[in-house]
Amino acid sequence: MAAITYRDALNQALAEEMERDENVFLLGEEVAEYDGAYKVSKGLLERFGDKRVKDTPISELGFAGLGIGAAMVGLRPVVEFMTFNFSFLALDQVINTASKMLSMSGGQIGIPMVFRGPSGAALQLGAQHSQACETWYLHAPGIKVVTPSTPADAKGLLKAAIRDNDPVAFMEGELLYNVKGEVPDDADFVIPLGVADLKREGGDVSIITHGPMVHVALQAAAHLAKDGIEADVLDLRSLRPLDVDAILATVAKTNRAIYLEEGWPYLGVGAQIVSIIMEEAFDDLDAPVLRVTQADVPLPYNKKLEIWAKPGAARAVEACKKVLYV
Amino acid sequence: MEALSPTMEEGQVVKWLRSEGDGVSHGDVIAEIETDKATMELTARGDGVLRAILVPEGGTAPVGEVIALIGEPDEDISELQAAAVSAAAASRSGRGEGDETTAEGGVAAAVEGAAADDGAAAVNRAAGAKLADVATGSPAVSAAADEAIDGRVKASPVARRLAADSGVQLATVSGSGPAGRIVKRDVEAAIEAGPTAAPGRATPPMPAAPVLVPSGAEFEDIPLSQMRKTIARRLTQSIGPVPHFFLTIEVDMGRAMEARATINTMLEREGRKISLNDLIIRATAAALKRHPACNAHWLGDSIRRFNRVHIGVAVAVEDGLITPVIRDADLKGVAHIGAEIRELAGRAREKRLQPDEYTGATFSISNLGMFGIHEFTAVINPPEAGILAVGGVEQVPVVEAGEVVVRNRMKLTMSCDHRVIDGALGAAFLSTLKGMLEEPAAILV
Repeated sequence: MAAITYRDALNQALAEEMERDENVFLLGEEVAEYDGAYKVSKGLLERFGDKRVKDTPISELGFAGLGIGAAMVGLRPVVEFMTFNFSFLALDQVINTASKMLSMSGGQIGIPMVFRGPSGAALQLGAQHSQACETWYLHAPGIKVVTPSTPADAKGLLKAAIRDNDPVAFMEGELLYNVKGEVPDDADFVIPLGVADLKREGGDVSIITHGPMVHVALQAAAHLAKDGIEADVLDLRSLRPLDVDAILATVAKTNRAIYLEEGWPYLGVGAQIVSIIMEEAFDDLDAPVLRVTQADVPLPYNKKLEIWAKPGAARAVEACKKVLYV
Repeated sequence: MEALSPTMEEGQVVKWLRSEGDGVSHGDVIAEIETDKATMELTARGDGVLRAILVPEGGTAPVGEVIALIGEPDEDISELQAAAVSAAAASRSGRGEGDETTAEGGVAAAVEGAAADDGAAAVNRAAGAKLADVATGSPAVSAAADEAIDGRVKASPVARRLAADSGVQLATVSGSGPAGRIVKRDVEAAIEAGPTAAPGRATPPMPAAPVLVPSGAEFEDIPLSQMRKTIARRLTQSIGPVPHFFLTIEVDMGRAMEARATINTMLEREGRKISLNDLIIRATAAALKRHPACNAHWLGDSIRRFNRVHIGVAVAVEDGLITPVIRDADLKGVAHIGAEIRELAGRAREKRLQPDEYTGATFSISNLGMFGIHEFTAVINPPEAGILAVGGVEQVPVVEAGEVVVRNRMKLTMSCDHRVIDGALGAAFLSTLKGMLEEPAAILV
């Protein structure tokens, strides 16, 4: 095992999968000559050449469609969006073609591709560049959504996503690229999609979350531990397919849960999770499930307002205490 | 000292759970009080600081005496303390004279701090105000009763499930959640207060109420005829307060034991089982329904005949005996009765029965068979009119069709209050009961 950055873990995953299967290729803005806007594709052009690593013009709709076309004829493209905020331009291709083609073709035309890039806020990038984009990709059936929070999860899940025959939206975190973590050396380290991970174990309350918020959840759990409250932190890792059993198991254990997410509250990821818990774990609940989300406003640019609008550990702690009635 | 049971006259403080200076809130359990029957919880009736403990652990106080003071942290309680002490002294010397500073029945143990120039008057005013709060049973009931105003108890789903599984009545639990919602910890506390826990699920869960509750009058009072009055007067003169007579009958238990085995086979997959005594209780209840004259109380100027059957089952406890009551025993299945007995007996041994669980029997049963007793005569629990003493099942040689065979026989001895039950009446009841035990199918008829 070695401790590497989230960025390097992604880089390794890409390199290993491109080595393993010559149909895998990478395309996006700045991925080749510039080594990637966030350096995730560093060294790949040099290693694999310009047939496998392709710079595209600034036209998300165009190169997303190009990737989809390539997938339809048997290639396995990895399309990088510089951030998922920019991918809104490509949503017609993603939602109307990538996610529906298998179904509309009666199972004949699969789309084995990955759309990847950072989603969510960084620091003071402004309202248009700070959105958590999961919900747009989750709503239409036909596309998988994965949100790794640690380097090990990033590597294992990206390899699984590339090998998956369905379109996968792989959402990274800009603030996570420098996070270091232990990653197994195993050359074939793959984490299956649809399996959540209990990042912390406790018996008093469940904090269910995904993506960069996993780290905020762990901070909140540390605060709660000082008050003698031990929290389960469940990192969903895959939002579609969803590990419902893991969610129900933690709620059965603690009888109370909160959902922590970076996105907005209205029809956010948490709304879906809460609905599942309410329907399938009703008798296990001692309190309603609360959600901690970004404030329902376009994210402010102002430094202090941005911090206030984003969900932090303090608000997660407060919500946990509320469902514990303390 | 609150009246924590209907018959309580004084209580002993077993343990103070809070100390002087501790903050307390309405509903907090602040002390354990030993009454004539069981150890009960004393709850605070107000918010504030426990300023003074006037009766220490081990001390005894009659119902109505002030045993502690709750007030504001910096309030001057010296007058209240003096008034409470003098009231206690006055009550000890002048009990039963309607002393102004103590109220009859239940005055709350803790007096709320009240600004008053006259300490004694403050005790009195607070005493008057608190009378309304007194619960005749478990102190928790009054608080929880507020929650069910529209008939709906607010409880979280897991609290409901926990209560249903462990037989806790939600209506008796005080909710600590928002708007009085009963939450998991409230039910857990209620379970701890009256533990039912056998490890795992050895005692099966008990449904909260009988399946069928009959409508109509609970009882009818029969005025005494001249003959009745005469019998009563003469027999009392001859034998003491309750004129007992005893009827013994021998019952062949072969078919009953077969029924037990069959039933236990059916229950095996649920991990439950019944005992012969459970069957005897069920049969007795059915027989009493057929002979309502035996399901009665002597009230002195009338006889109360009950339309429902509540059987008191004698349970030996450490320093005596108590009879937890199986309500509507004629409407419950044997498995239910068995589970209920075991649960109540367990709590009885730990002195954790609530008053409404050991009062209200219409008839009693005592079984000493497990001690090897063949037959015995039990003493009637007044005001009940009868009690059944059950001996052990013995293998005895019996002559049948000219042959000596081995049969399982059991002796039942019924003690009857001759003021209510005459010989023929008691004999008829026993004959019915014998018939039911010798052929359990008769219970279904």
